[in-house]
Amino acid sequence: MSSLVTDTRVVFSRELRPVLRSPFSIVFSMVQPLFFLALFAPLLPEGSSLQWFVPGIIVMSCLFGSSMTGSNLLYEIQTGSHERMLVTPLRRPALLIGRALKEIVPMIAQAAVIVLACLPFGFRLHLTGAVLGLLILAGFCVGLGALSYTLALASKNQEWLFWTVQQTLLFPLLLLAGVLLPIDNGPGWLRLLSQINPMTYVVNAERALFDGDIWSRTTVYGLIAAAGVGLLGLFVGVRAMQRSD
Amino acid sequence: MKTSVEAMMIATRELTKRFKSVTAVDGITLEVADGELVALLGPNGAGKSTTLRMLTTLIPPTGGSAEVAGFDVVAKQREVRRRIGYIGQGNGAGHSQRGRDELISQGRAYGLPVRQARARAGELIESLGLGEVADRTVSSLSGGQRRRLDIAMGLIHAPELLFLDEPSTGLDPQNRANLQEHIVGLRREHGTTIVLTTHYLEEADSIAERVIVIDHGRIIADDTPQRLKAKHVGDRVFLGFGSEADATTAAGLLNGVREGDRVQVSADDGPRMVPGAIEELRTAGVAVHSVEVTRPTLDDVFLTLTGRSLRNEEA
Ligand SMILES: Nc1ncnc2c1ncn2[C@@H]1O[C@H](COP(=O)(O)OP(=O)(O)OP(=O)(O)O)[C@@H](O)[C@H]1O
Ligand SMILES: [Mg+2]
Repeated sequence: MSSLVTDTRVVFSRELRPVLRSPFSIVFSMVQPLFFLALFAPLLPEGSSLQWFVPGIIVMSCLFGSSMTGSNLLYEIQTGSHERMLVTPLRRPALLIGRALKEIVPMIAQAAVIVLACLPFGFRLHLTGAVLGLLILAGFCVGLGALSYTLALASKNQEWLFWTVQQTLLFPLLLLAGVLLPIDNGPGWLRLLSQINPMTYVVNAERALFDGDIWSRTTVYGLIAAAGVGLLGLFVGVRAMQRSD
Repeated sequence: MKTSVEAMMIATRELTKRFKSVTAVDGITLEVADGELVALLGPNGAGKSTTLRMLTTLIPPTGGSAEVAGFDVVAKQREVRRRIGYIGQGNGAGHSQRGRDELISQGRAYGLPVRQARARAGELIESLGLGEVADRTVSSLSGGQRRRLDIAMGLIHAPELLFLDEPSTGLDPQNRANLQEHIVGLRREHGTTIVLTTHYLEEADSIAERVIVIDHGRIIADDTPQRLKAKHVGDRVFLGFGSEADATTAAGLLNGVREGDRVQVSADDGPRMVPGAIEELRTAGVAVHSVEVTRPTLDDVFLTLTGRSLRNEEA
């Protein structure tokens, strides 16, 4: 078991290295969330709206980054560097887990950038809540990353498939989680779809936690949803990686 | 050719890979002894890469079996992986990575401690002349530099058996020569067993001691380049004469074919056959005016074996 850990660490640090070498690349996948923040936030009604809006944007940024991350693997499948790693003695599960775990790092950096950008405009940060919120988000983005890698493995030799699926799912997930607009006043079918979207619970939990409301049912639901996505992603991803050639 | 006492690095039995409708590898039985340098030669789609991918545990065979470095490629994948190096047809280094980082990660993947991986990466960067580019992003390297980096990655754990899939494709003649020198050097200095695939006849001819010709997933010839050429084609000797009459006499005596005042004769060993032939013709009163001996190429071998030219298929 210790060896799976060692292997995972090797893969994790390999994935992380380009990020550390050019930290600016983290901002790249954030361009859209930052635009949403800049262009939507001024439209929000007066009051505590930033408190409502910002956690959603943090989850959005995590969704964008983690769901795209499979494209790196897709590229490595095409160039041959994935094949090269498959021939090393690295355990197959480590090839996926190490990659998926790395998603946590840009996620935290992005959350920090967003929070820092919003503090001057009256966003209040509750540290304990925020740390717990990031913990939940870590589980969520590991799962999303793993699913994105699974999609990449399934799209081997068909790049269009990866982007079609990713782009098709991205906005429905985002809108149905009530990131940009509240779902509460929508029609029943919309509320139902929102209720079966695990991201809804993550977004709600982030809102509560960043606002300092820690010991609530919302937090528990968010935790369950994130852990569920995380475990599902890892399970599916490891299976796909074990079949990869 | 090999005695069973010698350690076999590779031993396959009826190794087969069938994709849905294509039989890419069709029952290959093959032994490679410790320390051999073998070239798999064949046209596009012959099954070279598929064979290598089975031997390197990337894909499971659909039939037959293979032992590599003493272990079964299906039952003992990790044991096999630990002992082999593989340089695939693509580029092994991640494009957003730096060469040195990739080398160190590769060393870590084979279980080297960080310090040792770093030292080994440094050695290989030095010996492959990558010093100036090792700390640049891989995407900024030229094709030749990337290929050398691939080689360095395949060697990081000093494997006893190295597979290279078309190592020199896409390189200019200068880089190709350097690479071939490096491969031959590995074999000479470390006794590494090497199996490479190639479409380049000159390459197989100049560096391999053993050439295995593959076509449609089967082995159609397996020998030294010299013996392959002698066995399947032989040398061609052209003798020129002063008149067509002399040429006709000579063609009769030497069992050759006359074209004008020239005669073409086939021989296993042209240069050794010529003096005797000249002597024989002088005794018969025929003077030889010119002599030309051409040695066959592996392309000729391929042509006689399959009725097709290897070169035409490349286009
Ligand atoms: N994953 C696959 N699925 C289906 N068919 C495949 C697959 N891989 C290879 N083939 C087929 O198997 C045959 C042998 O392919 P292979 O790549 O082994 O040839 P090769 O000798 O390496 O050719 P090249 O010189 O072009 O690299 C080809 O007909 C190819 O189309
Ligand atoms: Mg090939």
